[in-house]
Parts: sequence; C-alpha cells; structure tokens
Amino acid sequence: MAEKINQTQNFLKGIVKDNPVFVMLLGMCPTLGVTSSAFNGLGMGVATLFVLLMSNIVVSLIKSQVPSKVRIPAFIIIIASFVTIVEMVLEAFIPFLYEQLGIFIPLIVVNCLILGRAEAFASKNNILSSILDALGMGLGFVIALTLLGATREILGSGSLFELKFVPEDANTFILFILPPGAFIALAYLTVLFNKISTKTA
Amino acid sequence: MDYIIILIAAVFVNNIVLSQFLGICPFLGVSNKVSTSVGMSGAVLFVMTIATMATYLLHEYVLVPAGLDYLRTITFILVIAALVQMVEIMLKKVSPPLYQALGVFLPLITTNCAVLGVAILALGLEGGSLLKAVFFAVSHSIGFALALIIFGSIREQLELANLPEGMKGVPINLLVAGLLSLAFLGFTGLV
Repeated sequence: MAEKINQTQNFLKGIVKDNPVFVMLLGMCPTLGVTSSAFNGLGMGVATLFVLLMSNIVVSLIKSQVPSKVRIPAFIIIIASFVTIVEMVLEAFIPFLYEQLGIFIPLIVVNCLILGRAEAFASKNNILSSILDALGMGLGFVIALTLLGATREILGSGSLFELKFVPEDANTFILFILPPGAFIALAYLTVLFNKISTKTA
Repeated sequence: MDYIIILIAAVFVNNIVLSQFLGICPFLGVSNKVSTSVGMSGAVLFVMTIATMATYLLHEYVLVPAGLDYLRTITFILVIAALVQMVEIMLKKVSPPLYQALGVFLPLITTNCAVLGVAILALGLEGGSLLKAVFFAVSHSIGFALALIIFGSIREQLELANLPEGMKGVPINLLVAGLLSLAFLGFTGLV
C-alpha cells in the first residue's frame, strides 16, 4: 500500500509541487520561444513529453551497464536519438507544426529538464518509477506550456486554439504574441501559480 | 555591407536572448552580478565561435556529401560537448588566468541552447561561407553579452528594491526581462 502511495506521489509531484516550469525553471527556452499560441505550446509540450518518457525508460534500463564517467555523454546521445525521431516524424506528418516550432525542435536535446531527469531520477530508480516520473514531469511541462500559450493567444490574438472570439478588426494586445509578452505573461503566471500552490499546500 | 547587416541584426534586432529566446537558462541563472555576466559572456563568445566553426565544417564537408543531414542534431551536440571539454583542458594549460576567469562557466555551456541554436542557424545563412558563419556566431555572442550585462546591472539594483512578497525572485526577473525585450523591440525594422 505504501508503495502505491509513493508511486502516486511520484507521478503527481511533477504537475504541481515540482512543476518544471513554474517551480524548477527548467526548459525555459522552448517555454518562452514557442508559446505564441496554445496549439504550439501543446505541440512542443507533447514532443518534449515523448522524448522525456523514452529517454527516462532507456536510461533506467541501461543504468547499470554505463560506467559513471561517461554517463552524461551517453545520456545526451540517447536523448539526441529520440529528438531526431521526433524531428523526422513531425516533418513527415505534421509539417505545419514543424514549421512553427522551427529551431526549437532540435533544441529539445539541450532542454535541461530532460537531461536533468535522466541524471537525477532515471539513473537511480527502477523503470516503473522512471516512467511515472517522466509522465508527471512531462505533463507538468505540457500543462505549463499550454497554459502560457493559451494566455498569450487569448490576450494577443483574441482566440483560443485558433478559434476567434472577437470581431475580425478588434484591437488585441499584440504585445502578448511578441517576445516581450512571453516574459511578462510567464512572470504573472508564476506569481499566480505560487499563490495557488502555497494555499493548497 | 552584408557583414554590417548581420552584426546589427544579431545584436539589436534579433537579439538572441531577448527576441529569439535562446540561452535563457544562463540569462536568468548567472546574471545576478555584472562580474559573473561578463565571465559568462566571455565563455559563450569563445565557445560559440569555435563550435560554429567546427559544426559548419562538419556539416559542409562530412554530413552533406555523405547524405547524412538527418544526423545533424546528434553530431552537433556531441561535437559541442567534446569541444567544451577540450577548450577547458587547453585553457587550463595554455592560459591559466583566462581559465580562472571562464573556468566555472565552461561546463554549463554544453547545455546552453544558444550555442547549438546558433550553430544550426548559421547553416541557413544566405550565400553562406565559413567566414560568414563565424562572423554570425561572433555577432550573436556580442548580442548575448549585451543582454546579459544590461540584465546583470539591473539585477544588482533590484537587490535594494522594496518588492511585494509574491513578486520576489523569479517573477520580477522575468518582468524585467520582458521590459528589456520591449526596449529591444524598438529596433525592429532597423535592417
């Protein structure tokens, strides 16, 4: 029973308590760079979730075979392989998203969230915990990116997931889909997140 | 003329940190003092230039002729990681004072997306040549340095500011970065 509770906590910690974006500040480049719309945020989040999950699984499987001196390069190669897979799949099947995310797809490799989880968690834990950890952290990342993307899209273009809810010629805060808007929106979302999470804790 | 445009575009118009969002981690992480900002900028300038040179040559003379373009991400990150290690070892031997100044920042640079980002972006330059790619990298690291040093000096002042509880730490830094980015937005249309 205790085991079960542990695993649930293991999964949930990534979503609220140790949220990768709002609390741990990992993977800030894609967080700020691609979230000009909710769809882009979601796409980037899911791509990262996939790479994180696969690399956590592989790292946890091979952890006893890899000498600790070369573990970081080994992890990087594992991550880079999955990123290449994501890159090719997106280019072939969702070219629209591939265009939108651009340079940030190969840059998933250097997302500190993924290497961070591989090093801090998957290399020390069994495969089940590693999967749950990756799913929790990945979902936390997806939620944060979608939330930020949605906020910016609603304020900046007056739409959500491309569905416009203001008249065509209405004035919107264009600022929020421009670069400064990313910093400002994330600043206030972080304040809000801290407020809510300290209240529930 | 081409080169002047690259320089102005990289430093002001498409500033790597404030408008392209590359290298945000060191931007938020090590910029709490001007002195660390300068150290980090120096290390980035150094590594980014060498890394772009190496990856450009690798791409042009190995990957493209062999039709292995899809291995770009894997090979580039490996080359950069190896290069950072090598630079660290060489610097230690050749120039201890420089190593003293940049040493602690070098390991952090492997996972700095600005280095990999610029290496990849440099491949897409119009009428690209090795010289142009290297110049592109140097210009972008100057842009990085500018953003980091301005941000570092603002953060030194922020230490003394009386802030509401909820805004302390990360939120205020992001907000300052947002205002800085807004200022740089004024350069849009310059080139």
